[in-house]
Amino acid sequence: MSSIETNPAAAELVRRGLAGDRRALARLITLVENRSPEATRLMHELTPHTGRAHVIGITGAPGSGKSTLTNELIKEYRRRGCTIGVVAIDPTSTLTGGAVLGDRIRMLENYQDTGVFIRSMATRGQLGGLASMTNDVVRVMDACGKEIVIVETVGVGQDEVDIARAAHTTLLVEVPGMGDDIQAIKAGVLEIADVLVINKADREGVERLNLHLQAMLSLAPKKTWRVPILKTIAAQSQGISELTDKLESHLAYLKSSGEYLQRERARLRDELLSRVREEITRRVLRREAQPGGLSEMLTQLENRQVDLAEAALLLLKQAL
Amino acid sequence: MNQQSVVTAVEQGEPAVGSNQETQSEHKIRVLIAKPGLDGHDRGAKVVTRGLRDAGMEVIYTGLHQTPEMIVEAALQEDVDAIGLSILSGAHNVLFPRIMKLLKDNGMDDVLVFAGGIIPPEEEPAILSMGIGAVFGPGTTLEHTADFIRKNTRHAASLATTGPIASGSETWVDATEAKE
Repeated sequence: MSSIETNPAAAELVRRGLAGDRRALARLITLVENRSPEATRLMHELTPHTGRAHVIGITGAPGSGKSTLTNELIKEYRRRGCTIGVVAIDPTSTLTGGAVLGDRIRMLENYQDTGVFIRSMATRGQLGGLASMTNDVVRVMDACGKEIVIVETVGVGQDEVDIARAAHTTLLVEVPGMGDDIQAIKAGVLEIADVLVINKADREGVERLNLHLQAMLSLAPKKTWRVPILKTIAAQSQGISELTDKLESHLAYLKSSGEYLQRERARLRDELLSRVREEITRRVLRREAQPGGLSEMLTQLENRQVDLAEAALLLLKQAL
Repeated sequence: MNQQSVVTAVEQGEPAVGSNQETQSEHKIRVLIAKPGLDGHDRGAKVVTRGLRDAGMEVIYTGLHQTPEMIVEAALQEDVDAIGLSILSGAHNVLFPRIMKLLKDNGMDDVLVFAGGIIPPEEEPAILSMGIGAVFGPGTTLEHTADFIRKNTRHAASLATTGPIASGSETWVDATEAKE
């Protein structure tokens, strides 16, 4: 019915997006984020153009300066001649489904620069620090020519580590004066950082934090990439050039060591498995009321006619 | 099935993996709340931001002292359904026409614009004639504002970036009258 040849509106939108039309890019993101019926076709057309961007994740506690740091990185990468896309994520209210997206406030000075595209996303119920369609939105920006894509996570606590899968390089922002040395040896976000940043480095306690982080890193399993600890004062644009150098050298390391491809594969594996899970669940639910469907299986379970594992296999068979 | 035919099958009614038409496809109303011009009072804008969040919308707040160019560029990148302009400085007759012109220049006439703050009642007709959907002065309830936005924005994003909503005050659905 509507292949790309006979779906001119989709073809036109993709063509405009690939040609750098910002309004088309904005709409592509909306359609993908909304999981709209056209999204499959659009991603199918965009995917061959992806795989060129360096995806950088920025994570850290609320108020650690992620947005301000992102703003500084935008300016630095622009000085280095790269186009840049930013996905800034804030939480959705679990009570009302609404969200206030406020990261943009700290990134306003780039508004006249057509080489910068900033998009706010709400988590829409996804836990783990990212929005549910983050990876696809990153792909859209990548396809539309953004050489650097920064993903700024929600202000995370300790266990929101999804960003490490979504990004090539994960930057963790710490600030002095939050928590004691036990915080530094817990599992969680510290383990996934490729680059550590001590922001607000004009505050008291910088050296203490630095020592704790170094001690923690020295005990970590030895890897070929040595996680650097950098000091920045983002609000005064200090330390940004050194940080950008490190981000670039991490990408170079990933590519020369072969880890780039490994990470790409690991991420795709996760995404593919989760898509398969979603699809199976959807198909099972669609046939819920049919003979041998979910309802009937539940009744049989209640009557102890089947066991859980058996019922699951029967449903799977029906779904395929 | 090869790749191409899977995608075609999806388009022909087999709902897509990851774009579940039955339960997951969702269009959230996205609203930009902006403070054009030089007044430094954003309590009202913040209350509206919070109120629309509680009405289930995704609200992007830009902060103070925004130029028309900044507001329209943010609205473009965020692909919002509506823009709320809060102004207390009295400069609305200068700033609003510039914002409306920039929206038009960018082909964004499908975006609902509404205004709030301190705008003399006798100037409202002129503002509505610019294509602004409503002026919500002091005393407007958040429910009324949210209702007006819901009734006057699209219910799904379309592939075409110029939309069905035309500018002009006659076309707006009044929230109170349209209540079913």
